[in-house]
Amino acid sequence: MTALISASGLSVAMGARRVLSGVNFSIDPGEIVTVVGPNGSGKSTFLRALIGALPATSGHVTRKADLRLGYVPQSLFVDPSLPITVARFLDLPRRQSAHAKQRVLLEAGVEGLEKRQLADLSGGQKQRVLLARALLGDPELLLLDEPTQGLDQPGSAAFYRQIETLRDQKGCAILMVSHELHVVMSASDRVICINGHICCEGHPEVVAQADAYRALFGSGTRGALALYRHEHSHHHHHDHHHHHDHDHDHDHDHDHENGQEKEAV
Amino acid sequence: MLDDFLVRAVLGAVGVALAAAPLGGFIVWRRMAYFSDATAHAAILGVALAFAFSASVFAGTLVVSLAMALLVARLTGRGHGSDMILGVASHSALAIGLVAVSFVPGVRLDLGSFLFGDILAVTRGDLALIWGGGAAVAALIAWRWQALLTSTVSPDLAYASGIDPEREKQVLMLAMALVVAVALKIVGALLIGSLLIIPAAAARPFSGTPEQMVAGTAVLGVLSALGGLWGAWVFDTPAGPSIVCAAAALFAISRVSEALRGARA
Repeated sequence: MTALISASGLSVAMGARRVLSGVNFSIDPGEIVTVVGPNGSGKSTFLRALIGALPATSGHVTRKADLRLGYVPQSLFVDPSLPITVARFLDLPRRQSAHAKQRVLLEAGVEGLEKRQLADLSGGQKQRVLLARALLGDPELLLLDEPTQGLDQPGSAAFYRQIETLRDQKGCAILMVSHELHVVMSASDRVICINGHICCEGHPEVVAQADAYRALFGSGTRGALALYRHEHSHHHHHDHHHHHDHDHDHDHDHDHENGQEKEAV
Repeated sequence: MLDDFLVRAVLGAVGVALAAAPLGGFIVWRRMAYFSDATAHAAILGVALAFAFSASVFAGTLVVSLAMALLVARLTGRGHGSDMILGVASHSALAIGLVAVSFVPGVRLDLGSFLFGDILAVTRGDLALIWGGGAAVAALIAWRWQALLTSTVSPDLAYASGIDPEREKQVLMLAMALVVAVALKIVGALLIGSLLIIPAAAARPFSGTPEQMVAGTAVLGVLSALGGLWGAWVFDTPAGPSIVCAAAALFAISRVSEALRGARA
């Protein structure tokens, strides 16, 4: 399989500060990859470098030829002086048929908003409109930057369910940045933990137990992992590093050393 | 008909209003009010240089305003301009221009006309420049319209769609320099910024899309030009400032009627 987009030795600086260094990454068609990391770790920078919004100070980003890419930013602030309806927003930068606009709004779960002003939407509606716009043109790869920021817990859970449904329907690859590991984990094929560089990566459960990950996220992860394991334990017979029986494992103490670090680099 | 100075004045003022309309929206949406002032103030230096090198005033102001716009854009860096740099640039440009003019023999007496406009002295040649320049601005912005709008809504969304917002910004710089060069004779360097901002601000409450706002800006701009000239004729007031006063009155009416509409709803 050819990668949709890949980075090799990617380093990015903001002014004099180096935010990312030596990132090697690629994503295949249909894959769901989640990027986690603490605040200021360079997660968003990584995504913005992938779309070309930030220049690489070294290394490079390679896209598949004619890659159809949809990008959902963290948030969108529209200056109140700019009048723009949802329909008009979906026409940027390429005009779309009314039918296409109707379809993506439906897919994103916000049908019928065409005539509303972008500035009048709630945070959740706006994120879904951004998602709808990203779905125009049938993307092969969706890039989502903390798409549920500012949404409440049910709102963000619903948003992630929508993403999963879309992946299942469309088979597009998804790369998303999130701080809510416990919510996104179940859906991810691979998790990448970033803190200025790639600390560790691999299957979600592997990453959750990696020392590098726990060093960054501390004990808060335990609860997250517990939630995750509780909900999805039936999936994971192929995960072998934790040797005690965990079919219904409610023992959430992962600080002992049998969860040996699996750094798939 | 063009032999009548009043007819030429009306055509000049209407031409400038129409030239400023497509740009005015972007100045407001992108919060570039101070930026437009800095560019317009640089025109005085352009006048001085034009006289020093016996070049046309139009060419002098066009070149110096464009240089100023690019310099300020560079100094303020990516994204939105910093207020401080713009303040320094705006006032310095005006001061340097005024000092430079004092070195040029014979211009001193005319300085007022470059600061406040001299609409009653508009020649056929000026009209050709105004309408030609206005047509160039309209063509430039119409050509880049979708890309400019996408970059204005969100630079990152523009990048993800394969648009370079930095390039689009340069298109705006060029349009701005053209408007400054075109409007200098009519309203003068000090009031060009107001002609860009006030009609657009007055059109905002009645607009649902960016296109409607540009159309409304053009209509209100032309009304300001006609109203201002009428006022100047009746009350024997300076024409340029009278046009801006008319625009300010329209803005006040627009805001009051919006407030009344809101109170009734």
